[in-house]
Amino acid sequence: MRRRWDRLSAWLDNRTGVQTAVRNFLYEDIPASSGWHQVFGSVAIFLFLVQAFTGALLAFNYAPTPGDAYNSLRYILTEITAGRLIRGLHHWGASMMIVVVVLHMVQVFLYGAYKKPREATWMAGVVLLLVTLAYGLTGYLLPWDNRAYWGTVVATQIAAQAPLLGPYLSRLLGGGGAVGVVTFARFYGLHVLLLPPATLLLIAVHVYLVRKHGVAPAPEDELRPAKKFYPQQAFKDAVAIAVAFTILFLMAAAVRVPLEQLADPTDTLYTPRPEWYFLFLFQLLKLFSGPLEVVGSVVLPGLAVLALILVPFVDRTRMVNVTRRFAAAAFVVLAVIGWGGLTAAAVLTTPKEARTETVDYSAPTDWMQLSPQELAGVAYFRTENCIACHVVGEHGTAVGPDLTKTAIHKDAAWMIQHFKRPSLVRPGSSMPPIQLSDSQLNSLAAFLLKLNSKNATALDNAPEFAAEGALVYQANHCGSCHMVNGVGMKVGPPLNGLSKRQTRSWVEDHFADPQRLVPDSVMPKYHFSPKDLNNLTSYLFALPE
Amino acid sequence: MKPETLDSAENLTRRNFYVGAIYAIGALIAAALGMPAVAYLLLPPKAQKADEWIDIGDASRLAPNAPTEMSFRRNRVDGWKVISEKSTAWVVKTSDNRVTAFGPQCTHLGCAYHWDETKDEFVCPCHNSLFALDGSVKAGPAPRPLDRYDLKIAAGRLLIGELRQPGERKS
Repeated sequence: MRRRWDRLSAWLDNRTGVQTAVRNFLYEDIPASSGWHQVFGSVAIFLFLVQAFTGALLAFNYAPTPGDAYNSLRYILTEITAGRLIRGLHHWGASMMIVVVVLHMVQVFLYGAYKKPREATWMAGVVLLLVTLAYGLTGYLLPWDNRAYWGTVVATQIAAQAPLLGPYLSRLLGGGGAVGVVTFARFYGLHVLLLPPATLLLIAVHVYLVRKHGVAPAPEDELRPAKKFYPQQAFKDAVAIAVAFTILFLMAAAVRVPLEQLADPTDTLYTPRPEWYFLFLFQLLKLFSGPLEVVGSVVLPGLAVLALILVPFVDRTRMVNVTRRFAAAAFVVLAVIGWGGLTAAAVLTTPKEARTETVDYSAPTDWMQLSPQELAGVAYFRTENCIACHVVGEHGTAVGPDLTKTAIHKDAAWMIQHFKRPSLVRPGSSMPPIQLSDSQLNSLAAFLLKLNSKNATALDNAPEFAAEGALVYQANHCGSCHMVNGVGMKVGPPLNGLSKRQTRSWVEDHFADPQRLVPDSVMPKYHFSPKDLNNLTSYLFALPE
Repeated sequence: MKPETLDSAENLTRRNFYVGAIYAIGALIAAALGMPAVAYLLLPPKAQKADEWIDIGDASRLAPNAPTEMSFRRNRVDGWKVISEKSTAWVVKTSDNRVTAFGPQCTHLGCAYHWDETKDEFVCPCHNSLFALDGSVKAGPAPRPLDRYDLKIAAGRLLIGELRQPGERKS
């Protein structure tokens, strides 16, 4: 067996040279000082491969046009097995890639590894950093939710400000300043068609140059014999890759990447914020105003990139040990303080969102279709802690019967009798009576009648503010004049689509004094507690159109 | 620091450990990415299929042993979309008053077949598959009888449900 394998292997090598090539690659000489500080390049390449793999998987279920993009991503998140994990890997992988590429650069900078004859290697690396950022910028738009849309609006406006090139850049990114189908197509094309081959090419050039000049030695390496890359350094690279992958996988599995509502160009309340790694640029922009704005948006970042590229030509001193490169270390510390300060300032100045409650569209939103009465039933279901004894969907304890099946053979009248005196209706029942008013019990029964095994998990996703908002809605008999999801009266306007017709502050003022805003309105004044007001308004704004 | 030599036994064990660890890490990562990828691509989506019956017409208008092609619109879940599409069924009432609705595609390669009144058989023009009135294969390359819709008659109206292959059980 072994001999047959060896013969096959020898034949393959003779015809293709693949073994020899791999061997030459792995048994590269590296300086004796090589070690753990040089693992970042390998980790970056590994993360790029993970991004390519998860990106291709996402593309298999993704329609790259606005609207469809959002729906197909929701489909990936809510319908496809492991879809959320794959998207999580791609999302967090992007952030991690930025971190690792920057760490790689900092290491090379600290050690002075960019010095003669490795200037070209460094410059190819700077371009790779820019390409990595370009992935982040273009990929940000692809979910086509509010966050994606508004973030990209700001980014394209910044590009339009560039001196001389501004109008052309703007047209290149999809024209007229507006983010729409053309911009989307261009961003998608860049993200999946242009950038990946460009990255592969640049990585090839970068790695070729590393091989051509060898890994940069430390000054004391001249006296010591070289090591081989394989297996010791390869092992260190593999361990670093394993650590990075473990962190990435845990984040993808545990940290839910939100999907906001579908991009809404008419939303006047949205506060766009870029991804965390662009926050410092965003904050830098705020330091300049008026005609100087272009300094913060284009000139300074442009100069910074130019400075990075020119590093090997500025610092032309002889190679010294890393522990004696004080200027380089000081520079890194200053850069970290500058970046950290700007980022922290951006985070601290982020206004508390006008919309305090957001809906997570990356989970089923079937609860939106419930009537206010049924949704209020969800709230009672929670406050009465029914889940302590009943199983609903994936949660609960099986002391009592499975409530997803009761609606099949019980009606509301039976349920209400049962809620009041369980043991009377069903002798021997150990369920305690529910202490709620008749109308509250009606709500609970309405919800239970709606519940089945298919929608249990989806209804369980109803956010707290919506259930609480529905309680306020029911308690104030809003349904006597208004209609929600086809239930209620038509004295006042239907409330679905309210978020498209009015702003939040208008609605809140209107509750307090309807006649001030609509003179002939017959709606009475309502004075809610701040919490109730918030829940009710958030609920009404979350209603489907 | 002493130079690495392959003949030292200690170095050899260390080397084997490195190589083993590299392969193990590679295998673990491949599995952690590969298994979700396979599930992602191969497991069916959690489609919430609503069982719906579509009214396709008046049952009393059917003449015995004369297949009629009836068209209707139905909603189909297609990935992230629900599309409304036109679809047809060949509806047959036999002389003993049993009604069957066949799917409109030949079971060979999916061509549309039609009823030939002169010969009393369904004819597929692509590869000359012939089907009898009860959907069974009379001749040609078709591998199985015609597919059938679930069908029921309520208040004189024909209602059809899902299209199934012969022998496929109702879910």
